[in-house]
Amino acid sequence: MVEHRPLSQLAAHLILIAGVALVLFPVYIAIVASTQAPGEFLRGTLPLVPGGHALENYRAMWESGLSRAGAPPVGQMLFNSLVMALAITLGKLAISLLSAFAIVYFRFPFRLFFFWLIFVTLMLPVEVRIIPTFQVVADLGMLNSFAGLSIPLIASATATFLFRQFFMTVPEELLEAARVDGAGPLKFFKDILLPLSVTNIAALFVILFIYGWNQYLWPLLITTDSDYYTVVMGIQRMTTAADGDPQWHLVMAAVVMAALPPVLVILFMQRLFVKGLTETEK
Amino acid sequence: MQTKRMTFPGRWLPYALLAPQVIVTLIFFIWPSLQALYMSLLREDAFGLNTSFVGLANFRRLFADTYYLDSLSVTAVFAIGTTLLSMSAALLLATTVNRMLRSRNGYTTLLVWPYAIAPAIAGVLWWFIFNPSIGIVPYVLEMLGYRWNHRTSGTDAMALVIIAAAWKQIAYNFLFFLAGLQSIPQSLIEAAAIDGAGPVKRFWTIVFPLLTPTTFFLMVVNVVYAMFDTFGVIHATTQGGPAQATNILVYKVYADGFVGLNLGSSAAQSVILMAIVVALTVVQFRFIERRVNY
Repeated sequence: MVEHRPLSQLAAHLILIAGVALVLFPVYIAIVASTQAPGEFLRGTLPLVPGGHALENYRAMWESGLSRAGAPPVGQMLFNSLVMALAITLGKLAISLLSAFAIVYFRFPFRLFFFWLIFVTLMLPVEVRIIPTFQVVADLGMLNSFAGLSIPLIASATATFLFRQFFMTVPEELLEAARVDGAGPLKFFKDILLPLSVTNIAALFVILFIYGWNQYLWPLLITTDSDYYTVVMGIQRMTTAADGDPQWHLVMAAVVMAALPPVLVILFMQRLFVKGLTETEK
Repeated sequence: MQTKRMTFPGRWLPYALLAPQVIVTLIFFIWPSLQALYMSLLREDAFGLNTSFVGLANFRRLFADTYYLDSLSVTAVFAIGTTLLSMSAALLLATTVNRMLRSRNGYTTLLVWPYAIAPAIAGVLWWFIFNPSIGIVPYVLEMLGYRWNHRTSGTDAMALVIIAAAWKQIAYNFLFFLAGLQSIPQSLIEAAAIDGAGPVKRFWTIVFPLLTPTTFFLMVVNVVYAMFDTFGVIHATTQGGPAQATNILVYKVYADGFVGLNLGSSAAQSVILMAIVVALTVVQFRFIERRVNY
């Protein structure tokens, strides 16, 4: 700080506390709502302190879901989300590492063409080509499957660029030394490049996991079988299907469970998260 | 584009390494996009039996359609509202956090986690808080003399989705603003302080101009976010209503094509959206090449 002003410092703390409160507010309300008894919402106003029905609400959602609204047990949807998020994350990391390696460490015809082909995916989010993509997946028989949930989303320009940039900073001498020692490209990739990339892979893992977990439109399009519902899209079914009287105490219990895994990932891996976020966007 | 000075020999290996990425890209990105382009030039009859080539008629229809034009302006209001709200809140919080020494990391942790919340879930959370019959905010507004109802009032519904979308994005903007603030040399600020500039004056004459690159970058990212990543916010809450008041372009493509099965029109809308993404991406990358500066 340039000058010492106790009053402005106090004002700054007040602004921040208000900001934090505003950011936390919706989640606090959700947690409070998820601990109420079923009849509590009929009285017209929402209570502001937690009730005593947390365990039964969470257990009911975890084990049986809202069958009236066509939503399967949350435990099962969380499992589906986890499988989808991990498949997308690992798939993106694997194919991006391989293609960045090819682009940086080889010279071959059409190299630039492939680079641009990968770049173009940045400009074609699922949202702008909903129907034809759905048709392709339907023709391939991938509706209602984990392959359909993950494979169409694993092409990644940002991850490829990040690894390309990182590989360019790896000292030339490493490659020369490896070649002098007779290491082939795959051995060099596995024993030298991958270990060097661990921090970048971990940072990207955090970002991609959140991306995968929070997918919404895609699971909504291609899952009609409730066995494959993911939790983020399943919640929407709960709020709309039981129209007029969504069972908010149960819906909010599901919301809290759906939001928890990615929030925990950020809280426990904050440094990797910040690194991943600021580097993928450059 | 450069490679390493020394490279591996290999005729097939590089293609094999690229194959998974390229195959996924071709099948699930390029092919559907070409299909969208092609379908945008066709029209199907009501039973899906006949398709005929109609040239640019789908596009001409769209731009004569008041619903579509409304959707364009709704999207503009939504994108600008979300971007302004989220960025100004984040800038205020980031400049304030940047003054702190010991508590900086604590506040940062408390402010960044909403990044992890899916847009759809952010929508449901705010939908609940603003619920006209049991929500807490309408209850307070009622006491202040305003009857909140996002089921009937388009303005209320728009305010709701903007708040939900902006809330989720504050964390992202906050982190980038904080990084930008920390790269401003302290000596500049000290020099201004010695010359007698107070904190407010220092912010507007030194800090804010030096943040221009970050601000510009975030503006593009936020507009892209508001236009393309907020499908979940709309779909999980207002579903475009009431009376199309929150029917943003991305939601309309889905509703017209997937629900309404108007394939030609939906494809034409897809093509227009693609053009918008391409334009925004070009802006973003050109800017990254040479940052806005003096």
